[in-house]
Amino acid sequence: MWIYEKKLQYPVNIKNKDVRMAKVMMTQYGGPDGELSAALRYLTQRYTMPTGKSKALLTDIGTEELAHVEMIATMIYQLTRNATPEELEAGGLGGFYAQHDHALYWNDANGVPWTASYVQSQGDPIADLHEDLAAEQKARATYERLITLTDDPDVIDPLRFLRQREVIHFQRFGEALNDVQFHLSSPKYH
Amino acid sequence: MPMDERQQLMRQIQQLSFATVDLNLYLDTHPMCQQALFEYNRFTQELLRLRRMYEMKYGPITNFGYAPSQYPWQWVSEPWPWE
Repeated sequence: MWIYEKKLQYPVNIKNKDVRMAKVMMTQYGGPDGELSAALRYLTQRYTMPTGKSKALLTDIGTEELAHVEMIATMIYQLTRNATPEELEAGGLGGFYAQHDHALYWNDANGVPWTASYVQSQGDPIADLHEDLAAEQKARATYERLITLTDDPDVIDPLRFLRQREVIHFQRFGEALNDVQFHLSSPKYH
Repeated sequence: MPMDERQQLMRQIQQLSFATVDLNLYLDTHPMCQQALFEYNRFTQELLRLRRMYEMKYGPITNFGYAPSQYPWQWVSEPWPWE
């Protein structure tokens, strides 16, 4: 069961239209290392985690990632709000406009639609947690590149928050990996 | 643009809510940490208090039985978070 909270995890108030920035940010919505991939990866891997701690962590980080999906969607929505078809075309979203108008859709910065093959769920907690650690670093690196692509403080501020969360999640996944390795090597398990 | 009372209260809720999320993740890998648990419980109480205050004045933040609504059904009120 999940419940929705009618609030963003972190404020997003973008005042200036920027279609070009919306386009590159789509990678964090529907790209391989984006927030949707992250949320679905953790929320499906959790079923085969071996300990209460690792089940809790994947549930909770997966849930937080859903809040990040909403933040990215909000940023893209606000960056393209009231953009004319001509402005969308000039910013590289002419094809997107033809298919989706001003809607949100899960594709990457180049228009490639999201696919489940971006994520794995191995049933092997060591393999899965290593994938999660890598995923957090790839998202962290992506946020750093996105931050270099804009000088709008309204965009940079939430991007910096999201980048920082990747760092924290990486830290927690590392702790979970150590704990799971300890659990799997303990005598009572064998 | 200065924040109005509603926005200020929402900002406080977002800050407290963030603290509880971050402590929650920490506790997932450190369930024996008394200090983190104490902080988590302290922030949770304060968050509940501010949520109740906000929801009485401006309508529910959560639905599905987590917060009551005045008449008419307040959940449909705008703006939504992305607006």
